[in-house]
Amino acid sequence: MSVTRTGPLPSGPEAEYDVVVVGAGVVGCAIARALARHPLRVALVEAASDVGDGTSKANTAILHTGFDAAPGTLEARLVREGHRLLGAFAGEAGIPVEPLGALLVAWDEQQRAALPRLAEKAERNGHRTTRLLSADELRLREPHLGPGALAALAVPGESVICPWTTTLAYATQAVRSGVDLHLDCRVEKVRTGDPWHRLVTRRGVLRTRHLVNACGLHADAFDALLDRRDFTVTPRRGQLLVFDKFARDLVRHILLPVPGPLGKGVLVSPTVYGNVMLGPTAEDLDDKTATGTTAEGLAGLREQGGRIVPALLDEEVTAVYAGLRAATGQEDYRCAAHPALRYVTVGGIRSTGLSASLALAEHVLGLLADCGLELGPERPLAPVRMPNLGEAFPRPYRDAELIAREPEFGMIVCHCERVTRGEIRAAYASDIPPAGPDGLRRRTRARGGRCQGHFCGAEIRALSEEYGQGAR
Amino acid sequence: MSRVVDVLVVGAGPAGLAAAARLAAAGAGRVEVLERERAAGGVPRHCGHPGFGADHRGRPLDGPGYARRALRAALRSGAAVRTGVSATGWAGPLSLDVTAPTGLERIRAKAVVLATGARERPRSARLVPGTRPAGVLTTGELQQTVGLSGSGGEAVRGRLGRRAVVVGGEPVARHAVRTLRAAGVETAAVVTELPCAAHGFGAVPVLTRTAVVELLGRGRLTGVAVRGRDGVTSVLRCDTVVFTGDWIPDHELARARGLALAPGTRGPVTDGAYRTAEPGVFAVGNLLRGVEPAQVAAAEGRAVADAVLDLLAGRPRPTAGVPVLTAGPLRWVTPGLLGPTAVPLLVRPDRRLVRPLLTVTQDGSPLRRERLRGDPVPWRSVRLGPEWTSGVDPAGGPVVVGAEEYAS
Ligand SMILES: Cc1cc2nc3c(=O)[nH]c(=O)nc-3n(C[C@H](O)[C@H](O)[C@H](O)COP(=O)(O)OP(=O)(O)OC[C@H]3O[C@@H](n4cnc5c(N)ncnc54)[C@H](O)[C@@H]3O)c2cc1C
Ligand SMILES: Cc1cc2nc3c(=O)[nH]c(=O)nc-3n(C[C@H](O)[C@H](O)[C@H](O)COP(=O)(O)OP(=O)(O)OC[C@H]3O[C@@H](n4cnc5c(N)ncnc54)[C@H](O)[C@@H]3O)c2cc1C
Repeated sequence: MSVTRTGPLPSGPEAEYDVVVVGAGVVGCAIARALARHPLRVALVEAASDVGDGTSKANTAILHTGFDAAPGTLEARLVREGHRLLGAFAGEAGIPVEPLGALLVAWDEQQRAALPRLAEKAERNGHRTTRLLSADELRLREPHLGPGALAALAVPGESVICPWTTTLAYATQAVRSGVDLHLDCRVEKVRTGDPWHRLVTRRGVLRTRHLVNACGLHADAFDALLDRRDFTVTPRRGQLLVFDKFARDLVRHILLPVPGPLGKGVLVSPTVYGNVMLGPTAEDLDDKTATGTTAEGLAGLREQGGRIVPALLDEEVTAVYAGLRAATGQEDYRCAAHPALRYVTVGGIRSTGLSASLALAEHVLGLLADCGLELGPERPLAPVRMPNLGEAFPRPYRDAELIAREPEFGMIVCHCERVTRGEIRAAYASDIPPAGPDGLRRRTRARGGRCQGHFCGAEIRALSEEYGQGAR
Repeated sequence: MSRVVDVLVVGAGPAGLAAAARLAAAGAGRVEVLERERAAGGVPRHCGHPGFGADHRGRPLDGPGYARRALRAALRSGAAVRTGVSATGWAGPLSLDVTAPTGLERIRAKAVVLATGARERPRSARLVPGTRPAGVLTTGELQQTVGLSGSGGEAVRGRLGRRAVVVGGEPVARHAVRTLRAAGVETAAVVTELPCAAHGFGAVPVLTRTAVVELLGRGRLTGVAVRGRDGVTSVLRCDTVVFTGDWIPDHELARARGLALAPGTRGPVTDGAYRTAEPGVFAVGNLLRGVEPAQVAAAEGRAVADAVLDLLAGRPRPTAGVPVLTAGPLRWVTPGLLGPTAVPLLVRPDRRLVRPLLTVTQDGSPLRRERLRGDPVPWRSVRLGPEWTSGVDPAGGPVVVGAEEYAS
């Protein structure tokens, strides 16, 4: 087991793998973890300096049930299974999840008329617990909704989850179970061959018998390295606003829009960190790096959010960000086995990849078997227990026993998010330490609160330098 | 562990320390100050420049000197000042949960004085669009970064960059420019949406009526897009941007207790003696309305002692008083409630006003009209003396402070 970020890659037999998974987003990490159950030499290779640094870090963080997927699609099946699998794994691994349930709120007659159809669709997807709510019932459940809400469809099981911990938990378990993780290691060329494909990176060449493309937005570009041109990825940007923790009491469920002819609308949802999120926009772009926000985007979100929960706009905004969905012009995932190339493409994982990740990984194991990979017997994975970032579960700063044992967990450094010195040290001592302040934030929440570093930024940077040095 | 004290002060800045010093000296019993930072003193600890009055020999004090003196005064009068201790929430009406390296505590008090200060709104709260690169900070973070890494040298430049844009035209922006200069960072421009800025920026160009409309760069900031008074957008190259001013009270504990916030200040509403709506809970300093000079915050700390001592002595709480609101080009007024005791008002204009006439009315009848001699600016408060307050009808409607600009 090893994690590398710099220096030449291993060479000789050390650099020969049964499977290399390219792309360490939530999907690639889940695949690497699934492979780690088998006696195989596996590497997970990522261009960025951290796992989960692409679309997987910037989404709406909902563990979907799949109630509204197009029935019969691969996506519908994998989201449904993934919801069950991730729900169970989250409990084991300490990933914060809150099963708040969703309400699809109808604001006009057309939307109200659509609710029974959505209930039927949910049923066809295997979800029989949805329920129609009258305006009065809705108001009782969500007293802060704006005027004009006519009815809603309640969807139990829709949950909020920590996307950062999820990705990191998969990667950590994979690494602890023997997977090599090579970060800062973009695969630039693929020389296909038998029995070895050669993957060319700036840090050296890796050899692998089987290859998995989990490159997210860049899945089409990676396919092209193997002369496959089955689809094109169009980035669809989603901008998001995160409101202050004081807004949390305004919203009890995940408030989803009713999809209609005018597009999907925006959602208002609590987060596991105790904030409220508003978004996303949906803008088709050409630039796969355009993760910036725009004035129009943010103004549009505020206008829509103000109609859903008017009091939201009185609260401060803690964060603004944007993520890019990997749209391919087809309303389903684009997963394909290419047996002649001993190669599997996992593409078009647009807006449900977090929810489907564990089921997608099982599906990819099947596709790899179709490509001739002998998985061999299964063995248990090394256990993982992740540090808790969720407000619904005990945090270190309130843990008397932990503080008695290690007083550093009683030293709050990031005051807004109540992150202690002990947690920062632990993050740097972990299997996959952060590469910088953003990685530290995703592991601890440090500097992610309402002051955005006004009080703590300087000290957190100093601690990062101190502990980061030790980690190297 | 549970403990009981007489007075619990949250925050050891100028306001909290001054309150503790006077209360302990007046025999209020056990007076304990909680400070979440590793040292007491509050914001002045990070202000390495004069402007904090003078010591007893008349030598000018800088921030750290002022902070040391305030701490000494509190300790000498017998207050306990505990650092590295965070008040994280309420366990009951006058009972706070606390986290410290020594463990968890629940501290109950007869009176709680909130003196938790204010913070600058960061880029996200200002809804500035663009990328999320490194190199984006507030004055608070800038000062502490320089404080921790020392001025000049590669260490601080690695953390701060080489060329900065400072956003905001208030005196705090001037502090940011000076701090940057001392650290060896050049300021390319000061950008403010105000029509005019404070003085003292030296050779640094000040772009007024100009807004930052986008942050640029991946990984590290490469520039900011600004829209000027002519509506034209251009790019200022820089690797650091400092957002200054735009204060919001650090009102977490106040709100967690359910205290109403004043709309203009976003601080908890108090009466002239700094009582909040919650019996036994008081609020002073920047928590009430953002930044005032340290001496103003400290004076509020001293003044709250009277009402705290009244409470400890079992004297009855006066009736709540009438609300005070603003109208016209005024951003806020404190206190938010006027009781029977005569107190001055602090009023903050929205923009520079030309020789305005301040008016105070209640239910439409005038209580006071006062022509100001100078032109008040949005970064300094105007003090309105208390002479007129005897005219306030305690059973009447809100008292409204307005401003009419001079028309010649
Ligand atoms: C606004 C928005 C909201 C969303 N909301 C939800 C939600 O609520 N619930 C949900 O389940 N899903 C949601 N999603 C979808 C979910 O985020 C994605 O489906 C998921 O993150 C995709 O993961 P991935 O691993 O496929 O891609 P990514 O996370 O993008 O990972 C791909 C990785 O591959 C790497 N890579 C690319 N090329 C190379 C190369 N040549 N060499 C090495 N590495 C390479 C990249 O650096 C990247 O890290 C949302 C998405 C968006 C944009
Ligand atoms: C850049 C800058 C320059 C300045 N220059 C001058 C100047 O030249 N002259 C001048 O007179 N004034 C100056 N000031 C203003 C002066 O520093 C402030 O007005 C003064 O510090 C306000 O005092 P305070 O006690 O209200 O708040 P603060 O000084 O902010 O103190 C609040 C304290 O409460 C603590 N706290 C908050 N929450 C908790 C909690 N939950 N538990 C425990 N502790 C908590 C904080 O850590 C902090 O130490 C300047 C301010 C700035 C920002």
